[in-house]
Amino acid sequence: MSRRTLSLAVAALVAVGLSGCTSNEPTKDSSSGSGKLAVSSTTDKCELSTKEAPAGNLVFNVTNKGTKVTEFYLLGEDGLRIVGEVENIAPGLSRDLVVRAPAGKYFTACKPGMVGKGIRSDFTVTKSDANLEPTGDDKVLADNASTQYGSYVKDQTEQLLTQTTTFVGLYKSGKDDEARKLYADARMHWERVEPVAESFGDLDPKMDLREADLEPGQKWTGWHRIEKDLWPPKSGYTKLTPTERTTIADQLLKDTKTLYTRTRTAKYPTDKISNGSKELMDEVATGKVTGEEEKWSHTDLWDFQANVDGARIGFEGVRPIVKKKNAALDSSIATKFTALQKLLDKHKKGTGFKLYNELTPAEIKELSTGVNALSEPLSKLTAAVTL
Amino acid sequence: MSEEQPTDGEQVSADRGRLSRRRMLGLTGTGAAVGAATFAGGLGIGRATAAEPAAPPTGTSRTYPFYDAHQAGIVTPAQDRLHFAAFDVTTTSREELVTLLQAWSLAAAEMTQGRPAQAEETSYDSPAADTGEADGLPASGLTLTFGFGPSLFRDAQGKDRFGIADRQPKELKRLPHFPSDNLNPVRSDGDLCVQACADDPQVAVHAIRNLSRIAFGTAEIRWSQLGFGRTSSTSKAQTTPRNLFGFKDGTANLKAEDTKDVDTHVWVGGQDDPAAAWMTGGSFLVTRRINMHIETWDRTSLREQENIIGRDRPHGAPLSGGTEFSEPNFTATGRAKEPLIAMDSHVRLAHPTTNKGAAMLRRGYNFTDGNDALGRLDAGLFFLAYVRRPSTQYIPMQMRMSREDTMMEYVQHTGSALFAVPPGAKQGGYIGQNLFT
Ligand SMILES: [Cu+2]
Repeated sequence: MSRRTLSLAVAALVAVGLSGCTSNEPTKDSSSGSGKLAVSSTTDKCELSTKEAPAGNLVFNVTNKGTKVTEFYLLGEDGLRIVGEVENIAPGLSRDLVVRAPAGKYFTACKPGMVGKGIRSDFTVTKSDANLEPTGDDKVLADNASTQYGSYVKDQTEQLLTQTTTFVGLYKSGKDDEARKLYADARMHWERVEPVAESFGDLDPKMDLREADLEPGQKWTGWHRIEKDLWPPKSGYTKLTPTERTTIADQLLKDTKTLYTRTRTAKYPTDKISNGSKELMDEVATGKVTGEEEKWSHTDLWDFQANVDGARIGFEGVRPIVKKKNAALDSSIATKFTALQKLLDKHKKGTGFKLYNELTPAEIKELSTGVNALSEPLSKLTAAVTL
Repeated sequence: MSEEQPTDGEQVSADRGRLSRRRMLGLTGTGAAVGAATFAGGLGIGRATAAEPAAPPTGTSRTYPFYDAHQAGIVTPAQDRLHFAAFDVTTTSREELVTLLQAWSLAAAEMTQGRPAQAEETSYDSPAADTGEADGLPASGLTLTFGFGPSLFRDAQGKDRFGIADRQPKELKRLPHFPSDNLNPVRSDGDLCVQACADDPQVAVHAIRNLSRIAFGTAEIRWSQLGFGRTSSTSKAQTTPRNLFGFKDGTANLKAEDTKDVDTHVWVGGQDDPAAAWMTGGSFLVTRRINMHIETWDRTSLREQENIIGRDRPHGAPLSGGTEFSEPNFTATGRAKEPLIAMDSHVRLAHPTTNKGAAMLRRGYNFTDGNDALGRLDAGLFFLAYVRRPSTQYIPMQMRMSREDTMMEYVQHTGSALFAVPPGAKQGGYIGQNLFT
């Protein structure tokens, strides 16, 4: 369970897609020389420090010196195609727009008040030695990634539904041993697509909330509620009655069905996929590798593996894009996925894993180090695929 | 002990021969005869020699009065360093507890003026009255602020411990469990607390060490926390510092200069709680040890970081525009009518306008206690906030933040406590006197 809430995921969805990305590190020299182009947006003017730049990565440092929220666009020669944009620049703030632009004719536009066609000027990108890919190919790759990832999510949620149906059936009829056996496996399908499930903010708390994260008066439902009942603490715990079990189990199944339905049609832009990969590894770093997620069953390594699976699938989907744009990053991430998997494999036991409480502190540390090694390059993935 | 008196006319304590560290430094610095050499018998020689300044001291010579209507260390401009300690009272005797508070008050009055904690003459063959590591250092703006935890009034079974249960303020209770709290009991609660703030860490540590030494047999340290960088401004004269997330923190904090706001939100009023009238002029102190998941934060895009905080990182301006001190405009929208400052951003959730006007005086500190067993930085923010009514100012706000703040993804609360901070002591009196008389 992640405490990340709905709107963040939604924000990621509406964020700029393939066309551009923004950053806003403090700029030391925004006029020239540093490769940054200064843009000053006022109520009625849009002034650029230069009208021309060599092909490659262009950084427009846009400062809003006006009184209205503004936007800045780099448009193609037709004045319609958006090469890059940065939005929501409030008065007084500045933002960087980073775009990869091949040689050609462009338009720049500031849009104070965010309405209309904006204040436009010509902009020229001259030929240079920078190696630039045609945007058309990138688009095909992105579409492929999106389709593949969508199929993966569909497949996982389908298996999740099947296994959850069996699991709640066993739990309701008091077949605790069999339910315990299925618990970790069924949850793996959930953990593989957790960022997607989390993007539906109403479902995640109902399905995956940990006891420690409960709010006063909040009803505790979902996987971990059942987990505690199947692996109850030695003292001070009253097992749920058959009626209570039915309520909790039916709720989980109902929520799983909702998730299933919603994921039939959901769309996944590439930045959402790559961010999802990073978020999954963050989940591992904060919850799984510390044994906090599966407090009662200690099946954290199953979740760990599932999060890694999900992150890897996401990465593989956008890989053709990364390979073209940043081959070094691509191989770094790939190598580290392999290394982390090797570490996990050491703890395989039968068809599953050792329990978390069977790991030594040194083994946990080793896993944690492997997660960090992977997470660091993975955090650069989104910028690499969107630029 | 020498009868020799200082000759430069600087005001000294009436206690014979008690010499300030600043004085000693001054004497050596100006090449005056080292009259201080006989400070404490033979011990003095070593001290005087050691006082030769090899390097300039790190602290400052500013001092704050200890005896005052309110305790120092609340609206005092936040110093750069902290050593905070919570104590368990080990005695069952009310007299011993009162004696401790008297001894603490005396020592605090000395140390905050840059003098040793205790100046009783000691024999060369007994341990020195003061531990000595702050000798030669200036007062460094040291403030010592004392508080009482709910457990001082009643034990776990609700039994009156020192005949003061009927005076327990109704606001002084253990803080509730907030969602996603992961509290370590040995970093939480306590019967007494001391907040030592100074411009020099050694001065702050020296103060806690000596107070703890004085307490042996009566009270012992339950937990303590070092802080190295203030994370909020409590005065308009201060620039806004940054927390370990790299963002400016405390821009919208209550400032000492806004006396009307401070009266409204910080100081307990005479009518607030008739049974606890002794708290008039005091305040309530919330402490929370907030671990930050530094590593995952550092892997988060600037866009996401800024959306989580609701301010831009370079200048600390709200995402609705302007400069650092512009009021956030929560109704301002951008593209697709989405609010410029996200609904679940830290700034929005913490702002008084979204908390029924509740404000508080924060004076937290960054901390790094090395690393944990997994090699991750054990670092974060030691949150300290003074409020008049925790039940309306802190608790509902934290409840909302724990629930809605996206920043919770990157932090974990690992320690928690609430203390009643009595008003200041009168000259000749002691901290908490009104509670015991
Ligand atoms: Cu989770």
